[in-house]
Amino acid sequence: MDRKLKVATTSLAGCFGCHMSFLDIDERLLDLIQLIEFDRSPLTDIKHCGPCDLGIIEGGVCNAENVHVLREFRRNCKILIALGACAINGGLPAQRNQLDLRDILEEVYQTEPGLTHGGIPNDPELPLPLNKVHPIHEVVKIDYFLPGCPPPADAIWKFLTDLLAGRTPHLGHGLLHYD
Amino acid sequence: MSFKLETAVYPEKLKRVAIEPVSRVEGHGKVTILLDENDQVHQVRLHIVEFRGFEKFIQGRPYWEVPVMVQRLCGICPVSHHLAASKALDMIIGAKLTPTAEKLRRLMHAGQMLQSHALHFFHLSSPDLMFGFGSDAAQRNVVGIISAFPEVAKKGVLLRKYGQEVIRHTAGKRVHGTGSVPGGVNKSLTVDERDQLLKDIYQMVAWSREAVQIIRGLFEKNLEEYNAFGRFPANSMSLVRADGAMDLYHGGLRARDAAGKVIFDHHNYEHYWEVISEDVKPWSYMKFPFMKAFGPDDGWYRVGPLARVSNCDFIPTPLADKAREEFLAFDAGRAAGATLGYHWARMIEMLHAAETIKDLLHDEDILGTDLMAKGERVQRGVGVIEAPRGTLIHHYRVNEDDQVIRANLIVSTTHNNQPMNEAIRQVAKQYLNGKKLTEGLLNHIEVAIRCFDPCLSCATHALGQMPLEVSLIDAKGGCLDRMVKNQQAASLTD
Repeated sequence: MDRKLKVATTSLAGCFGCHMSFLDIDERLLDLIQLIEFDRSPLTDIKHCGPCDLGIIEGGVCNAENVHVLREFRRNCKILIALGACAINGGLPAQRNQLDLRDILEEVYQTEPGLTHGGIPNDPELPLPLNKVHPIHEVVKIDYFLPGCPPPADAIWKFLTDLLAGRTPHLGHGLLHYD
Repeated sequence: MSFKLETAVYPEKLKRVAIEPVSRVEGHGKVTILLDENDQVHQVRLHIVEFRGFEKFIQGRPYWEVPVMVQRLCGICPVSHHLAASKALDMIIGAKLTPTAEKLRRLMHAGQMLQSHALHFFHLSSPDLMFGFGSDAAQRNVVGIISAFPEVAKKGVLLRKYGQEVIRHTAGKRVHGTGSVPGGVNKSLTVDERDQLLKDIYQMVAWSREAVQIIRGLFEKNLEEYNAFGRFPANSMSLVRADGAMDLYHGGLRARDAAGKVIFDHHNYEHYWEVISEDVKPWSYMKFPFMKAFGPDDGWYRVGPLARVSNCDFIPTPLADKAREEFLAFDAGRAAGATLGYHWARMIEMLHAAETIKDLLHDEDILGTDLMAKGERVQRGVGVIEAPRGTLIHHYRVNEDDQVIRANLIVSTTHNNQPMNEAIRQVAKQYLNGKKLTEGLLNHIEVAIRCFDPCLSCATHALGQMPLEVSLIDAKGGCLDRMVKNQQAASLTD
């Protein structure tokens, strides 16, 4: 391949476990970087996504900033994938969807015993939380979904190597699971 | 109440610079800096910008789900939450663990300490340390390290891999496993698994020793800068064993003041609230814990590797203990008070974790099959553990129907909230005052944050996230100057 595939990754309302699973390809990472180049990612100091071949999104959307970042990725990435349970359906953070956001904020920051000066953080520097946590496909078009909490490293590897070889990615038995 | 450089008197008259998101850390955060017309710094804040609400939405869930739910706070240190929750629930079901169960949990925890410390040092922070704080941003990442120092990078990748394999063999999965349950563990270690791990452990101990030498060498080479960088005096807190040894799985709380004098010792963590309280500030979703005896202004403290290594009386494995003595004696003790000393202390702990794994694999109890215990059920449980990033507190109440009715989590990075803010204010004074901002200068702020290995996902269990962009806004709201970590992308921003 003449040109390295340009890849951007980000974690929205996730736990970085999917990124950890990505790194769980272990020493294959040393080979992979011969074939790909990282753009914006928690692993680099590139703060905004430039034009990329592939964007990998971990986590759902829980605040206004997540929405901006997700749209930035969609604008710049030819292929966008939802990596893991939270990106696909909101995951565990979406457990808060059955509750009222204000109630949660009040309980955590105001009425919780043991607090000295209570008060819900409200500085303009803090992005507004959304009332619900959303899967990312509700906000932008997603090209591929890799399930799992997190998806196994071998599934991420299979997906990337298929894509790099010009094949339609296919996970198959053993790599496609939801736990 | 306010700290120096925390809140400017007339913020509306100052220009604002933001670093957004903070990168090469786990989670989401940003830094804002307010400067006057002479570029003197008046305000610096690390904001944690996400809220998630874990403490609230686990209410109503059956207690046995908790260890697998709360570990989803963090994919880098899920084992810490998995174990802290399990310890709290051991208390609730009145279980005293069998020797095999406790040792398997300790093994899992040591695996986690090894992989997390390796990840932080090699994958995230080594680019700053090995290329320089203000070096070319395009190279300043793990890919740059793989290209420039392939042997070092490979050892880092394999150290992390080994820790992850220890976790897989004890928890069932590398990330978000299920091995620990209230009352014990649900999986024994087979002879095959033990032998697989034994095969490589001596290599891991050797490479961990090399890692300690790498950071020592960096201190020797950059002595003045490393000692002074973001330095500030602070209290510290960690768990210690009854005999004063470092113990990352269990112990009593010990705190020292900046001079090393003991503030409290062997405090029973089941009553942590007697000594710790939390403050809330409107500009961050992360709370600000402090020791009650001194109040919010003076009672804040550091946790994590630097606090633990200097707080304990000794490390109960020989190589790490020797490394600790050398660290504490280095340059008349100054490295042990330096913010960058966190990296050195972290590598000493990685060595300790490798030695602990070696000892546990040789312990005959580790292959045992008596895994579960139970006892008399109570309603309240507290579990505290030393996670890779510091003291982690889980506290639950469970009703007669086995539902969680209350939860309080004080995670490691939260304890370090004020220290991180203090460190970046020092760095802003040392490096940014009166200067025209460059990407390299701004990275110094992030270097200070990375010393603490913050886990901002954990810290946002009630909310969110960390990015880096700096804009200078003049008094009329016009944009004077703007620095984005990658120039190419700057034009693509909204």
